[in-house]
Amino acid sequence: MPKLTVDGVELEVPQGATVLQACELAGKEIPRFCYHERLSIAGNCRMCLVEVKPGPPKPQASCALPAAEGQEIRTDSEMVRKAREGVMEFLLINHPLDCPICDQGGECDLQDQSVAYGRGGSRYHENKRAVTEKYMGPLIKTVMTRCIHCTRCVRFSEEIAGVDEIGALYRGENMQITTYLEHAARHEMSANVIDLCPVGALTSRPYAFEARPWELKKTLGIDVSDACGANIRIDSRGREVLRVLPRVNDDVNEEWISDKARYMVDGLVKRRLDRPYLRRDGKLVPVSWNEAFAAIAALNPGSSIAAAAGDMADCETMFAAKTLLAALGSSLLEGRQTGMDYDTSNLAAVNFNSTFAGIESADAVLIVGSHVRWEAPLVNVRLRKAAKRGAKVFLIGPEWETTFGGEFLGEDLSLLGNLPAHVAEALKGAARPAIIVGGAGLGRGGLEAALALAGTFKLVRDLEDGSRWNGFNVLHMAAARMGGLMLGFAQKGGIADLVAAKPKVLLSLGADEVDYARFAGSMIVYLGHHGDKGAHAADVILPAAAYTEKAGTYVNTEGRVQWSDKAVFAPGDAREDWTILRALADAFGVSVGFDSFEELRGAMISQVPALGGEGLADYGSELPPGGGSAAGTIAYPIKDFYMTNPIARASATMQRCSAELLHGEHFAEAAE
Amino acid sequence: MSLTDKDRIFTNVYGYQPWNLAAARVRGDWDNTRDILVKGRDAIIEEVKASSLRGRGGAGFPTGLKWSFMPKAPPVDAAGNPKPSFLVINADESEPGSCKDREIIRHDPHKLLEGALVAGFAMGARAAYIYIRGEYIREAETLFAARDEAYAAGLLGRNACGSGYDFDVFVHRGAGAYICGEETAMIESLEGKKGQPRLKPPFPAGAGLYGCPTTVNNVESIAVAPTILRRGASWFSSFGRDNNKGTKLFQISGHVERPCVVEEEMSIPFRELIERHCGGIRGGWDNLLAVIPGGSSVPLVPAAEIMDAPMDFDGLRALGSGLGTAAVIVMDKSTDIVRAISRLSYFYKHESCGQCTPCREGTGWMWRVMERLRTGDAEVEEIDMLQQVTKQVEGHTICALGDAAAWPIQGLIRHFRPELERRIAENVREAAE
Repeated sequence: MPKLTVDGVELEVPQGATVLQACELAGKEIPRFCYHERLSIAGNCRMCLVEVKPGPPKPQASCALPAAEGQEIRTDSEMVRKAREGVMEFLLINHPLDCPICDQGGECDLQDQSVAYGRGGSRYHENKRAVTEKYMGPLIKTVMTRCIHCTRCVRFSEEIAGVDEIGALYRGENMQITTYLEHAARHEMSANVIDLCPVGALTSRPYAFEARPWELKKTLGIDVSDACGANIRIDSRGREVLRVLPRVNDDVNEEWISDKARYMVDGLVKRRLDRPYLRRDGKLVPVSWNEAFAAIAALNPGSSIAAAAGDMADCETMFAAKTLLAALGSSLLEGRQTGMDYDTSNLAAVNFNSTFAGIESADAVLIVGSHVRWEAPLVNVRLRKAAKRGAKVFLIGPEWETTFGGEFLGEDLSLLGNLPAHVAEALKGAARPAIIVGGAGLGRGGLEAALALAGTFKLVRDLEDGSRWNGFNVLHMAAARMGGLMLGFAQKGGIADLVAAKPKVLLSLGADEVDYARFAGSMIVYLGHHGDKGAHAADVILPAAAYTEKAGTYVNTEGRVQWSDKAVFAPGDAREDWTILRALADAFGVSVGFDSFEELRGAMISQVPALGGEGLADYGSELPPGGGSAAGTIAYPIKDFYMTNPIARASATMQRCSAELLHGEHFAEAAE
Repeated sequence: MSLTDKDRIFTNVYGYQPWNLAAARVRGDWDNTRDILVKGRDAIIEEVKASSLRGRGGAGFPTGLKWSFMPKAPPVDAAGNPKPSFLVINADESEPGSCKDREIIRHDPHKLLEGALVAGFAMGARAAYIYIRGEYIREAETLFAARDEAYAAGLLGRNACGSGYDFDVFVHRGAGAYICGEETAMIESLEGKKGQPRLKPPFPAGAGLYGCPTTVNNVESIAVAPTILRRGASWFSSFGRDNNKGTKLFQISGHVERPCVVEEEMSIPFRELIERHCGGIRGGWDNLLAVIPGGSSVPLVPAAEIMDAPMDFDGLRALGSGLGTAAVIVMDKSTDIVRAISRLSYFYKHESCGQCTPCREGTGWMWRVMERLRTGDAEVEEIDMLQQVTKQVEGHTICALGDAAAWPIQGLIRHFRPELERRIAENVREAAE
């Protein structure tokens, strides 16, 4: 713990801290462009210069200088002031100063810091540099003349994304940042460089010229595009969501989000269900709410009613449906739309127990049936970190392009019962072994076989430092999955039980992946927001709210309970889901016992107390023994990363990404 | 007081004899190198320290001290395996005016190879990498051939010189970037990356090439080491003033009668150096305008100050300049001094790696202002602004290229401000007429 002084104030800083961190601990703001907590230190912008004694009689880059015992640091001296002014002047001489037409305006580091640390006027009378734009794909808009060469984007793609796609060409004042051969950046996290860019060189292409940051309402939300539950900020103006940005949460998403989470929001205004529909003579016709409710009530299903929850359903919606069904005398609830029927009596066996942050410290990982890059890009980032720390990673399943190396063992689940010797050796010798079972590895005995391995390799153990390690992980793909399982949306035989019950009414809570042909005899009541597969099969459509249009509780694949707020109102006649279900109760003439969202949430928490507070739900760490044998070739369920849910499928941006990045279509650029 | 032939280290610097191993052996190279190695690492380093040899690459850091920074016991990596140490020899001689390493490699490559073994042994290095400038094509060919000769003769490789020490020498050709002569940029380039200087700390002695302990030395520093060890530290330190000992290859170019590369003792007065070896200044001593005494990156010194100055590190520092690589650029009164410095500014603008802000943006700005000052198309205040800009670059960058770009301009403004103002005034008058 070195002791040092910052501007005359003495303080102690942690071992290994840099001078910049020491200054921040002392409450001093250090301007910076290239330095970023989650990237390696480049030290090239020279904005963070401070005066340090002992040392050479010139300012030092604080971001790269280790804090040491007895240092005297000055951040307010004449030398430092002049150094900052000088560097700022250099940064601005070739910067176009086109702030009025720059999308970064209002949230630009260069703008803010030039106000705070720059000099008033310009002394530069030469011509400014101009740099040609670089094509970086459908998500990233470039204005490279604005680039200040901080190389954050280069370091992000190299270190975090693990794809060497962005780099610098040429040297000196001709240096240019570009993608490899000016191809689009091809990875699932590419748009994070937009947030990292401290200036307007890399901005959001779909959001170009949409709004200024001060016009936007900022709402704290949770992403539902996968089961990671990334923390997002929903920026909206009026009734429209304009963009989604990540929030910092070191436990979940650090400060990244996937491109899908960020850009599927333009699908929120396309293909929306904004009024109730009723199928008459085989055609869906618009009706009023009363007509729709009357049509359902007329069927008088009694207890012959079932509910299937979609992948993006929030806990409140599922609980309201569960309560309604209970009032009618039914408990036919299911959320695993594609027919999975794994045992859910012990939720620890289907949970990501080691947590995302924990998996970083794993030293041997076996991935079974998960295309992690597509199913959970944020977990992929963590796995890359683990591999960089030396973790050995093995994968069972068809090969995909990992960003962390790893060895593919084969495509058949039977490998679980017959692991190659070196894999078993690695798992046995590891201090923190982990197994990740993905969606494609759960069925056909895969989960049970993996649980058996968990016992063999003692995945649950006490570590030397006294903490408990549970390396058994299931990586889900649906944001609703863990919440649904906690609320009992699981039948013993999976959705087949619902089919077998032949319900008169099937309530579909945004379930778009269900094979509705199997419910041919049922009236399908679709509560959802997009005209997707579910709506096509529906007999009655009750327009509901998307995730940005309602408050809700979500549980991610780690069992982490998180609350999301409402950013905008649902369009047209659409209503929040719980109010529809409440009204449906009146139509059926039963009571569900809540009249407001607060009452609903209160009832839900009293039934499932774990949903009552944000944080990890405790499922215990006792795993069932598992056993049996698994067999069958693994096939990943996601065929197209950008098209996994109805919002994304409606999104023009996601469609373009899919066409261009995955299917190799070429798009001509319009001349500006 | 002048160096006699018997005290010259580089006895074939003009190539009167062949460079090959047989001829080199006749000149005394590779003569029982094993005996030098037998003295042991510490003894060699002590001897080099005692000789007061200062690095010949420009900065003048004591060579023996630099070698002693290398860890005695190899550090271990994460898996517990010991890391090798490396010697990197800087033959990326790109400084305008410098041409000494070229002569050494052309005509005396075995001095360098033997030095590599001795120095590498002294610092416990596994191998030496000689990074040779890309434009030195013939020189690289010579060096490759000389290395192969040495390997064939058992002087390098396994059990080098019968000493029981395994030592490899790799020759790596650069691709023509001046910045790769900076030690950490050279390491990056050797690793196959873009040649951009690294942040220090960590210093190369702690984590250099491939993260292993590394020392980067100039060709001349390495090439003189075997002779020093043979003839003794006291012999070497008998030349030159205190703190500036030894002999040095001076490279005199420009407006002298006979430009040349010559080995002389340190601290030789400028006038004597020119008179003895270069046949005097073109047009006589009255015609001397200014001298850049140490390669393009040091400030120029006007005629009156340089004439009787001792040519060594401290003597030239006292004049506000430096010895650098001892590449003496002599300019007589026919020189357009502003154009000369502006051309150097262009060189630094062209060679800046672009990594850090002050150098990337500042070198271009300085060159553009210099170009306008050359034609007088400027305001008098801009001279002060240019001076401030050089101060904003100097000392604010990752490596010394920013300093090197700033110093020539500072020297020009310090000594030739009236010339700059004259051009501006004349230009204004012309415009008025």
